Amino acid sequence: MAKGVKPRVKVPKKASAGETITIKTLISHKMESGQRKDGDGNAIPRSIINRFTADFNDQNVIDVTLEPAISTNPYFQFEAVVPESGEFKFTWYDDDGSVYDTSKKIEVS
Amino acid sequence: MILENNMTLTRRKTLALGGSALAFASFAGAPAFASLTDDAIAEMTGGAEIGEGAITLTAPEIAENGNTVPISVDAPGAVAITLFADGNPVPAVATFNFGPLSASRSASTRIRLAGTQNIVALAKMEDGSFQRASANVKVTIGGCGG
Amino acid sequence: MNLKLWISCGVAALATSAAAQDSNALAVDGEALLTETAAPLHMENVDTIYSGWRFRASETQALQSDDFDNPGMIFVDQAIDLWAKVDGSEGKSCASCHENVEDFAGLRPTLPRVEDGELVTMENIINECRTERMGAEPWKWSKGNMTAMTALIGLQSRGMPVNVAIDGDAAPFWEKGKELYYTRVGQLDMACSNCHEDNYGTMIRADHLSQGQINGFPTYRLKNAKLNSSHGRFKGCMKNIRATPFKEGGEEFKALELYLASRGEGLAVETPSVRN
Repeated sequence: MAKGVKPRVKVPKKASAGETITIKTLISHKMESGQRKDGDGNAIPRSIINRFTADFNDQNVIDVTLEPAISTNPYFQFEAVVPESGEFKFTWYDDDGSVYDTSKKIEVS
Repeated sequence: MILENNMTLTRRKTLALGGSALAFASFAGAPAFASLTDDAIAEMTGGAEIGEGAITLTAPEIAENGNTVPISVDAPGAVAITLFADGNPVPAVATFNFGPLSASRSASTRIRLAGTQNIVALAKMEDGSFQRASANVKVTIGGCGG
Repeated sequence: MNLKLWISCGVAALATSAAAQDSNALAVDGEALLTETAAPLHMENVDTIYSGWRFRASETQALQSDDFDNPGMIFVDQAIDLWAKVDGSEGKSCASCHENVEDFAGLRPTLPRVEDGELVTMENIINECRTERMGAEPWKWSKGNMTAMTALIGLQSRGMPVNVAIDGDAAPFWEKGKELYYTRVGQLDMACSNCHEDNYGTMIRADHLSQGQINGFPTYRLKNAKLNSSHGRFKGCMKNIRATPFKEGGEEFKALELYLASRGEGLAVETPSVRN
């Protein structure tokens, strides 16, 4: 488990059925690219978040494959359409096998 | 006397402008990894024809710092968009796969650019066709220790 | 008086693609923050002081105008967790004595300040609590725990004008800081003033030189993707001019921090800011 990994998401609390909403997500993660070298000149191995998914009531909104070029503390902004009230689930997958997730409820009228 | 000073100032300014343009030009020569990007794109499209005009790729003209460059991509009707940085040692940047609850086919993120280069977006459309867009981003070297 | 070449708008124009933000007015989540004001009387060579925010490209400026987009806020989140975490022999957390971090509004604008004859910074105050009251190990000056906590506490004063005391007990420390500011050091033989007073607004290679204000510290730097303390930044600056840096938390940097804070008198606290 990479150290100090903490997700942060911004989802509106309410929306109307079928409305398009903007979602922002951030997770604190070093995203070690594999390009850096340590003091002895050895390459520091790659260790990044390699996948991010956002699902709503078990339906997928977006599924992102991340490569080392994504900046430290990966940030994504995207749009979703919400047909009904429910819960967003956000999941990040780490090279080291760890999985981080967080969820946010939304009320749809 | 005054005229002479003015002319000197103007000439210096022109030289400075010319100098910086040259500096940019030398960096903007064919990035070393451009063919890696072309190869990756060819592999994704299977050699199919690639259209242009359907993708809006937004990136700064000059990145304040190559470590964190905000970009966004928007392609209505796309099923997936893949981003490449043709001057990075590993050109692949990210692939956005849009699911059934995706609204606009758009995404924003922040990326690392190793130097001045092109960001290339490849979109796979709902009808199976492909679209492409690119944007040139100048990545500068800071004066205060980069 | 020298006429400064004001090209921040020019640089912003070059860098602008889709950013609609006015590069001269900072508002965070709708709340306006003062980034420009008359220079305090003790500054003889400068008429107007500007926050470092004004010198950054529009994309960087945009990152600070939204508390979600601001990458420094992840560390504020971490500090909120640290606030509640028990640490040390006394079995206490910050929250055990300080119910609400909001109670610290008004602290950051007055720091550094003199207490019992010593010049103290936010880091000193935090470590004093940790060692004297929590029985915990002091935090390193510029490491993640400390910068996250100084960001959280500093954030409570965001928007308030910087207002440090430079007279009375503070005067000798302020004079020392001022002397350091104008003293050339290092192989490149440069003083802080050479860049930040004589040449702010101009370009050093591709960096847009600011006035070196510290109203936004600790700041999230794009360069290292984390929060940076002011002493950490001073250290980096000194290394850049090939000088042996003073010690973080040492008397020189604390005095310099006081002097620099006074050069920002009246600017809004922007902690945690986003810079290059």
